[in-house]
Amino acid sequence: MNETIGLIIISIGIMFDFFGCVGLVRLPDIYNRLQAATKCVTLGTCLILLGALLINGVSALGIKAVICIVFILVTSPTAAHALARGAHQSGVKLWEKSVCDKYEEDKHV
Amino acid sequence: MPLIYQILIGILLICCFLCLYRIGRGPTAPDRTVAIDILGIVIVGFCAILSILTKKDFYMNIAIAWALLSFIGTIALAKYLEGKGFDE
Repeated sequence: MNETIGLIIISIGIMFDFFGCVGLVRLPDIYNRLQAATKCVTLGTCLILLGALLINGVSALGIKAVICIVFILVTSPTAAHALARGAHQSGVKLWEKSVCDKYEEDKHV
Repeated sequence: MPLIYQILIGILLICCFLCLYRIGRGPTAPDRTVAIDILGIVIVGFCAILSILTKKDFYMNIAIAWALLSFIGTIALAKYLEGKGFDE
């Protein structure tokens, strides 16, 4: 029973991973790609690790999976934030159909 | 190997190749950095599936170490792109 639920959760997580990577290829801009890929892939990998915990129960593997979920949930948004700021500071232009850029407006006030 | 795990590992390999496409094709340096970050997180999920499949828990150690090293590498590349020193 636990193995069935775990496999369903792992399948949902891999689906999120796949959609994130398709967004990484298909979207037009660095900021759009960063937003799509980071959110989808973080959720997908956390669901895969949660499925590993459900299949194996509370063992050494399950506890390590929980530690890995905590690490990914802390580090992935931090890396995305630093990367977006670095890209903006290094002068990467937005897509030409983007509507607003609050960070650029704040720099000129 | 059961069929369901073969399908799941196949989809994850397709994800890795999409990331490699963006690493090779990306017009600017931050594009490539984003793709390297995403490739690291996908490989963490790959290690989790391998550890379920073989019932060995040292693959999860590899996953933890890979997540932390990928984070440190991405932070270093982001600070390099920002064009400032590391000590502020």
